[in-house]
Amino acid sequence: MSILNGRMSPGEPVPGPSGYPDLTAVADRTAQQESTAQLESTWQQESAAVRLTEVSKVYGQGRGALLALDKVSLSVAPGEFVCLIGASGCGKSTLLSLVAGLDQPTSGQIDTSGLKVTLMFQEPALFPWLTAARNVELALQARGISKAERRARALDLLEAVHLGGFGTKRPHELSGGMRQRVAMARSLAQDADVLLMDEPFGALDAMTRDLLHDELERICAERTLSVLFVTHNVREAARLGDRVIVLSSRPGRVIEEYDVPRNEPRRIDSFDVAELASTITDRLRQEMSRHVN
Amino acid sequence: MSTDLQSAAITGLDNLELGPPPPAAEPGRIARTAWAALWPKLLAIALVLVIWQLVTLTGWKHYVLKGPRTVFADLWGQMQHLQLWQIIEVTLRTAALGYVLALVIGSVVGVLVARIPPLRAAVGSIITGLQTMPSIAWVPFAIIIFGETESAILFVVILGAAPSIANGLITGVDYTPPLLLRAGKTMGLRGFALYRYLILPASLPAYVAGMKQGWAFAWRSLMAGELVVQIIGQFSIGQQLAVDQQNLDFAGASSVIIVILVIGIVVDTLFTKADLTIRRRRGLLDNAL
Repeated sequence: MSILNGRMSPGEPVPGPSGYPDLTAVADRTAQQESTAQLESTWQQESAAVRLTEVSKVYGQGRGALLALDKVSLSVAPGEFVCLIGASGCGKSTLLSLVAGLDQPTSGQIDTSGLKVTLMFQEPALFPWLTAARNVELALQARGISKAERRARALDLLEAVHLGGFGTKRPHELSGGMRQRVAMARSLAQDADVLLMDEPFGALDAMTRDLLHDELERICAERTLSVLFVTHNVREAARLGDRVIVLSSRPGRVIEEYDVPRNEPRRIDSFDVAELASTITDRLRQEMSRHVN
Repeated sequence: MSTDLQSAAITGLDNLELGPPPPAAEPGRIARTAWAALWPKLLAIALVLVIWQLVTLTGWKHYVLKGPRTVFADLWGQMQHLQLWQIIEVTLRTAALGYVLALVIGSVVGVLVARIPPLRAAVGSIITGLQTMPSIAWVPFAIIIFGETESAILFVVILGAAPSIANGLITGVDYTPPLLLRAGKTMGLRGFALYRYLILPASLPAYVAGMKQGWAFAWRSLMAGELVVQIIGQFSIGQQLAVDQQNLDFAGASSVIIVILVIGIVVDTLFTKADLTIRRRRGLLDNAL
């Protein structure tokens, strides 16, 4: 049994001969080798927070048309953390916009099972004229929460990202990592079940990013969020994901899925994270080399 | 890593990144910054006075031209009389009324043009065209329609100021960062709420810049209007200037010009202050400035 299938149906991760999870076994399999019908039947059996079925997206028309996504099928189980990785032009950001409902697919279906979805960007995208607390409150206000309750909830949320004492600061008075945490608190204020993240830590320094990985992991565990996390950083994907999906470029297709068993707390410098990262990197380079001409 | 250590590491890194707290304000700092802002202006005024005095000393057009001493004595004398303050009051009241009307009209037109694309294509270039129109050219037109009344003056003031205000608002709406729009839509802001909580606040700096430019145009238009439109029983700054012109009263005309200049500068300073405050709050200014 492959780990891919093991992930799809309830079951324990399969340890490899070395005692470490057997990642090469998964790497040898590609999603394309699985017949689409077989995958679809697997998906239909299991509940999913997000399910994309043969989603394609074409930009423009006629000869200038660009196929950004080509029949992408993937799913995120409730409470699962899925990382999407790919080189430039794999349509990662397009995919998130489609799931967030900011754009419509050209064909295929996106099913979020009526769950609330929110999107976080590489930039914090905070409103510079509002204080940190007011930024969070505005998200609560958009949901129609009363004024008195808003204030208290915003403070709680800032507390949850360790920014309890910074509610009165404006975004420009905070550091990059702090701003991104305010953005995180604002996303949590939307009370979404599904969190879409578009390279949220891409602009941060490595030290801050490591700390925020731990933070994100803790927050997601506390709230059983389903996460679809786009990144350029292979280590980050291996560090955070329960599953890592590799996309090809121009057009974006799912070319590989790696299941990451969670036996113990992982760190960016853990051995199994490094091992998986190197496997994924090799696969990505193979994909990039297709674009020599 | 334990949760406690993790929280402590995060808070510690935050404090490191924010840097040490700013040093407490030392005594005399405010006075020093005030002086630094003041002395170039005083120097400029002194320069003008010196050149003026030198021209007077050459005897050029000595039958009308008077030196600064005579003019300031005249101004001081006028300030002792109620009439100067009355004409200032009349003019400022017209200015306020005209400006408020221009603000309302300019804002409404601005929002509509920014929201409705066909209207933008139709009206957008007209607004820019109106801005380049010299306001004095509207005065005869206004007198034909309204006669020599306050309405004629207000008409000129509004046509002078409203296009700048509308243009400022339109620019602000256009320059709302697309990322913030995406964030707002993700949050669930739609329709009116999107304008009220995102687009209008985001437009504020450009709107205030438009309001500031609008004031400059309003003040010019008002002077043009008052110089030409003679309203019986309502003596204004512009009319005073027209009378001084007829009497070839150099000192009187100069005094009025100084009054016009001072009022214009004072109001402009208020707008500049508002603009700086907004930009500082949003982190658009270097805090060292």
